[in-house]
Amino acid sequence: MPLALPIAAVGMSFGLLAGPLLGAIPSILMSAVVWSGTAQFGALSILASGGGTALAASAGLLANTRFLPMGFALAPSMTGGPLRRLLKGALLADASFVIGHRGGGRFDISAVAWAAPVQYVTWVGGTVVGVAGATVIGDPARWGLDVLFPVFYLSLLIPDLFPEHIQAGERRTRRQADRAGGGRGSTASRDLRPILVAILAAAITLALTPIAPPGVPVLVAAAAALIGLRAPRTSVAQPGGDVA
Amino acid sequence: MRTWLLIAVLAIGTVLMKTIGPVLAGGRQPPAPLTRVIALVAPAVISALIVTGTFTQGQQLIIDARTAGVGVGAVALWFRVPAVLAMLLAAIVCAVLRFAA
Repeated sequence: MPLALPIAAVGMSFGLLAGPLLGAIPSILMSAVVWSGTAQFGALSILASGGGTALAASAGLLANTRFLPMGFALAPSMTGGPLRRLLKGALLADASFVIGHRGGGRFDISAVAWAAPVQYVTWVGGTVVGVAGATVIGDPARWGLDVLFPVFYLSLLIPDLFPEHIQAGERRTRRQADRAGGGRGSTASRDLRPILVAILAAAITLALTPIAPPGVPVLVAAAAALIGLRAPRTSVAQPGGDVA
Repeated sequence: MRTWLLIAVLAIGTVLMKTIGPVLAGGRQPPAPLTRVIALVAPAVISALIVTGTFTQGQQLIIDARTAGVGVGAVALWFRVPAVLAMLLAAIVCAVLRFAA
C-alpha cells in the first residue's frame, strides 16, 4: 500500500512531538483510541502553545468535524442495521474515504472497511517508533520538529482550498477526502468560500493571540465557518456532481 | 489525569462524528445551511492552527526560524511535494536556522 509509508511517517512525527509532552504511554494510547492525526495534532498543538485540556479537546474535535459530512456521504452506500452501520462508520478514515470513492457519490464500503486495518496498524506503529525516538533526541524544537504541526496542517488545507491545483497533479493524497467530503452536495463550479473562511480564521487568530489566553483564538476562529449559512452564489446543488 | 480525560474526549468525539451520519442515514441529509457550515469548520480551524503554529509563541506574535521552515514547507507542498517530504524539508530548514543562530 502506497499509503502505509506516509501514515507511518506522520504517526512517527506525532510520537516525536507527543512523547515529551504527554509521556510515552498516553501518546501511544491516544493514537490507538483516537486514531486521527488531525485531532491529535490539533489537541497537541494547543497544549504545546500553553492552552488547557478543555481547549485542546475542543480544537481537536473541531478540526475533525469533517468526518460529519463524510459520514453522511457514506451512509447511502451502506447496508444493514444501525449496529452494522455504526461499526462501518467507525472504520472511516481520510484515506479510506478516497480509496472507497467510486464516483457519483457512491462508495464501495468494503474497500473503506478493508483500508482501515492497514491505516490503523501503521498509524499506531508509527507513533510507537516516534515515542521511542523522542527519548533519544530530547527536545523536539531543537531539531526543528515543531514545524511539523503547521506543515502537516498545510498539507490538509491546500487541497481543501485549491482542489483544482492538486487535482492537476497526482490524485493519491488522502487529503482529498476533506475536499470530497466537504464539497459534497455543493456546487460543481469553483467555490471560493473555503479560501475566504481560511483567511478570515487566520486574521481572527492573529488579532486575538495577544489578548486572549492560548488556545482561545483557534476556537473563536472556528466561527468563520458561519459564512456557510449563506447559500453559495453560484448555483443550485447538483447531486453527485462534485466528484473526484 | 487530565491527559487521560483529553484522550477519552477526543476518542469518543471522533467516533461520534464518524458514526452519526451512517447511523441516522438512509440517505437523509442534515439541513443544507448546517451542512455548509460544517464543511467550512475544518478549513477555519486548520487555518487557525497553522497560524498559531507559525506566527505565535504563547501570546506573542513572532517571526523566527519556525516561520521560515513553514514557508519552505508551504512552497514544497504547493509544488506537490509529498506531505511527508515537505514536513522533513521544513524541519531541516528550521533546525539549521536555529543551529546557526
